[in-house]
Amino acid sequence: MAAEGESGGMTGYIKHHLEHLTVSVGEGPFWTLNIDSIFFKLGLAALFLGVFLRVARRSTSGVPGKLQCAIEMMVEGIDGIVKETFPAKTKFIAPLAITIFCLVFLMNFMDMIPVDLLPASAHAMGVPYLRVVPTADLSTTLGMAICVFILIQYYAIKHKGVAKFVGEMFTAPFHAHGVVGTILLAPANLLLRLIEELVRPVSLSLRLFGNLYAGELIFILIACMTLGGSLMSGMTWAMMPMQWIAGFIWTAFHILVITLQAFIFMMLTVVYLSMAVQEH
Amino acid sequence: MSITVTLIIQGLAFLAVAWLVMKFGWPMILGAIEERQKKIADGLAAAEKGQQDLAEATTRAEAIVREARDRARQIEDQASKRANDAIDAARQTAQSEGARIVDAAREEAVTETHRARDALRREYGALVVAGAAQLLEREVDAKAHAQLIDKLAAEIARG
Repeated sequence: MAAEGESGGMTGYIKHHLEHLTVSVGEGPFWTLNIDSIFFKLGLAALFLGVFLRVARRSTSGVPGKLQCAIEMMVEGIDGIVKETFPAKTKFIAPLAITIFCLVFLMNFMDMIPVDLLPASAHAMGVPYLRVVPTADLSTTLGMAICVFILIQYYAIKHKGVAKFVGEMFTAPFHAHGVVGTILLAPANLLLRLIEELVRPVSLSLRLFGNLYAGELIFILIACMTLGGSLMSGMTWAMMPMQWIAGFIWTAFHILVITLQAFIFMMLTVVYLSMAVQEH
Repeated sequence: MSITVTLIIQGLAFLAVAWLVMKFGWPMILGAIEERQKKIADGLAAAEKGQQDLAEATTRAEAIVREARDRARQIEDQASKRANDAIDAARQTAQSEGARIVDAAREEAVTETHRARDALRREYGALVVAGAAQLLEREVDAKAHAQLIDKLAAEIARG
């Protein structure tokens, strides 16, 4: 609880915690970089790649080590899921899925670190703002979701061909007999198709962002229980065990949430991609 | 909490990681898994084959041992039979030889007895003649009575 104080109690503390470390790269609010999100995401990606590629390079078909065993378990599990779900043969979907799962899980896991530890340390080193959970930044989740959206369109065109892809936009989900009916239904089909496609990245990114943002906020609120409390006050002493218990419960519960959200993001990506290559 | 240009960097970083995993991570690990699965399958097949071979070899070995035992028994039988034969033959030879020796000895003894008896008779004849001469108190003319004496001696020898 080092970063609070100067700018007005609880509200200031919370506001301060929800502020990104930014660098402006152009005109307007869109052209800012959230340095903290980028830094932590790239760091965690490097960690994941470091471990995963190292194990892959040293992987042996003989007796595997414990780390190789753990990673092989994950690889086999995700490979099974993708083979079950995705109808066509593909080289990219399974690595994409394991990347999503591990990366999202690691980014979510930053939420498990005590909420003030890194921001306060950074503050001590002269960094004014720091948010450590990249998935609690809508830019991160939307960035990933947009990539998934582009991949969905790419796979749909690749497996169906441009003509069929465009044709389906106007003829599904409502099928009509005859030319007149088809033309009449085309606008409705196109509208539904656009909504269907656009809703996916939105729901994908907002689900992850919402869960993690709320989780982070609750950690901040738990931290507020003894915010600014004096050791002379009896209230502080009463709140301390409460805060500890609340923190414990929410952390334990959040372990489930971060794993589940990582899995959901991965699973939905695989499902959307397999839906894209299937014919309507 | 607004959407910023950060999302482009985050998206590209995400795709780059996925691409690296596809290129340098996933195939190696899956390859290792599949290779190990193949190794295990091969190992199990080899173990099964080895067990089968062992069973076959055991039956073959048993057959060989049985044959060898039969052959040994046969040889043993043959040997003991031959030994018995040899002993029998030796016994027979020894018996016949013994009999021959005994016969020869007996024959010799008989001849010897005859010879001794002849000698005794001859001596006895001479003694009888000498005695008779003495009884007659005169010298028996050997030439005159030789015929008689010989006849007498022959009679004694015969009796």
